[in-house]
Amino acid sequence: MRAAFTEDQLTLAEAVRTALQAECNAEALRRAWTETHDFWPLLAEQGVLALSAPESLGGMGMGALDWVNVAVEAGKVALPAPLGEHLAIVELLAEAGHGELVEAMTTGEARVSAAFAGDAEKTYAVNHGRGEAVVVLGPAQATLVRQPVYTTQATADQSLQLASVDGDGESLDGDAARAFDRAVLANAAQLLGVAETILDLAVEYAKARRQFGKPIGSFQAVQHHLVDALLKRRFAAPVVHRAAHSLDTDDPRRSVHVSMAKIYAAEAAELACRKSLQVHGAIGYTFEYDLHLYMKRAWALSAAWGSVAWHRDRVAATVLGDSHG
Amino acid sequence: MDLTYTESEQAFREECRAWLEAHVPRTPLASHNTREGFAQHVAWEHELFDAGWAVVSWPKRFGGREATLIEWLIFEEEYYRAGAPARVTQNGIFLLGPTLFECGSEEQLERILRPMARADFLWAQAWSEPNSGSDLASVRSTARRVEGGWRLSGNKTWCSRGSFSDGIYGLFRTDPDSQRHRGLTYFMIHLDQPGITLRGVDDLDGEEAFAEVFLDDVFVPDADVIGEVNQGWRVAMATTSSERGLSLRSPGRFQATADRLLTLYAERGRPERLRDRVLQSWMDAEAYSLYTYQTVTRMREGGHIGADSSLNKIFWSEMDIATHETAMALLGESAWLAPDAPDATEGWLHDFLFSLAGPIYAGTNEIQRNIVAQRVLELPR
Repeated sequence: MRAAFTEDQLTLAEAVRTALQAECNAEALRRAWTETHDFWPLLAEQGVLALSAPESLGGMGMGALDWVNVAVEAGKVALPAPLGEHLAIVELLAEAGHGELVEAMTTGEARVSAAFAGDAEKTYAVNHGRGEAVVVLGPAQATLVRQPVYTTQATADQSLQLASVDGDGESLDGDAARAFDRAVLANAAQLLGVAETILDLAVEYAKARRQFGKPIGSFQAVQHHLVDALLKRRFAAPVVHRAAHSLDTDDPRRSVHVSMAKIYAAEAAELACRKSLQVHGAIGYTFEYDLHLYMKRAWALSAAWGSVAWHRDRVAATVLGDSHG
Repeated sequence: MDLTYTESEQAFREECRAWLEAHVPRTPLASHNTREGFAQHVAWEHELFDAGWAVVSWPKRFGGREATLIEWLIFEEEYYRAGAPARVTQNGIFLLGPTLFECGSEEQLERILRPMARADFLWAQAWSEPNSGSDLASVRSTARRVEGGWRLSGNKTWCSRGSFSDGIYGLFRTDPDSQRHRGLTYFMIHLDQPGITLRGVDDLDGEEAFAEVFLDDVFVPDADVIGEVNQGWRVAMATTSSERGLSLRSPGRFQATADRLLTLYAERGRPERLRDRVLQSWMDAEAYSLYTYQTVTRMREGGHIGADSSLNKIFWSEMDIATHETAMALLGESAWLAPDAPDATEGWLHDFLFSLAGPIYAGTNEIQRNIVAQRVLELPR
């Protein structure tokens, strides 16, 4: 038992953090509203796109524990690109015999996003602008839609577009359930990251903003809001890490652990939004201030890859369904 | 990250489980907050100590087996899983013990630890005074220098199971001109000394869970001062961080409660309206365990728990109440039946009432939030 990451894992995340924080700050997110601001070449250059692909196809063959903190870093900067989806599906595509596609994906040449096949009528994928294919992925099935018909739709945070996906797909012959769990984990990890940024903004603001002759961060009512958000964020992290471990070790309760990761990370991010907005006061409710860039990403991520309620059902089915009949 | 147990950790678990299965009393003991129940619990502690399970993480010479922190967590999981009795030695072995390891003299370790661990000498904490609760640094009880020791006077309160204990420990003002945290000294006091008067205080459950202690010129020898004179605050902080953090409330306790809740939910026909609450308790107990394994790993690699122990305390105390509220909701009207009523369900009412104390003792959750705000988030005072 050693509940900590290795030096290599931490070093990798650190390197990605440095690159992302330099290139994907709030200003860059705003630029991405109006002009094509493509972060994909940066990810290719950093080797991030090759992380989870098999070594035989030019990848690094890394597991979820290796890339989970990379996804956290992507969440911290609200990276407007489907990195989590990419990390989740390359292994499945490789298993299903799409080696050439995977090789092109690891260099950034080919772009494949993924969409959640839930109960809703339509499925949406984070748009690449010019994606070659989309994997429509559910907890038990996966289909590859080549040359999909996209209907691109703007989202509330403007730096990200969603595309509803139509087109006939071919069923992918691989472990779809695992790929789905990877997609959920990547989503949860990004939520963990964006929750941290949202909370950090509030803490910095509370130190700087003065009312009644003092920083507002000295008032207990404000402090306790922030501590509540921190508490949720802190206790969500090990749940996300455990899900990565369960993916790598093929734990029999992998799906429960992954769904828990989503529940904890999404609730942490949503609480961070509420508390951060409250602590900021009116300035946080404006379009000119940066907070909304991250809050909107948190809400969008929370809605993606199965809501908290959807994942609660999945945990309940196993935990309350079988072992305690 | 390796969340699987090593072979030796697994073997340790099996050894714990086998012993507990063979020895845990089949019928629950009377409440440890009553005189009769306390005596039963003391007898159990003797058995636990004599088999080497009372203080698994302590050095062998004090009755431990030098278990790692991970093994200690395993022991706790097995202990609560087996439904073993509450630990009446807890304010000794989890609070005073760690303080002595940190700040005590070799002579004190030799003299105090084994009887503490075997429940031959029972310790109660005496932090609070009638006018010093959350504001612990405002204590007014005094100690006056005399030949060979000190004379203590004042009034301590909320001493858990003080009525059945042999000694108390707490802070006294040794420098009469001092303010706040300065000028305090950490004393251990035997309750059979002349000048001590004890008054039992019943808790919400109607049991004598607390005592108020009046000290009138009570002699304490120099040998029973822990650490330096006037440095008591620093010595006490060593204890409060272990009280809030790891040692007082290990994850095994909450996981066992969550498992009992799942059983109760099934017995009560799985009411859909309570499903999410039951599930939340189960998941929170898991989350607390995962968090603790990360904390323990960090500590094993040289880190300190520090102010993180306050986050721990907020989490487990609020989780514990939510879990018991859900159990009470599952039980409906019958939840409020007295323990000896024909339809009463074992334990839940008592445990629910006790869970309500969680956000109050060991530093209220408001104080914990202040600590986290100032020391973790580094917000201004």
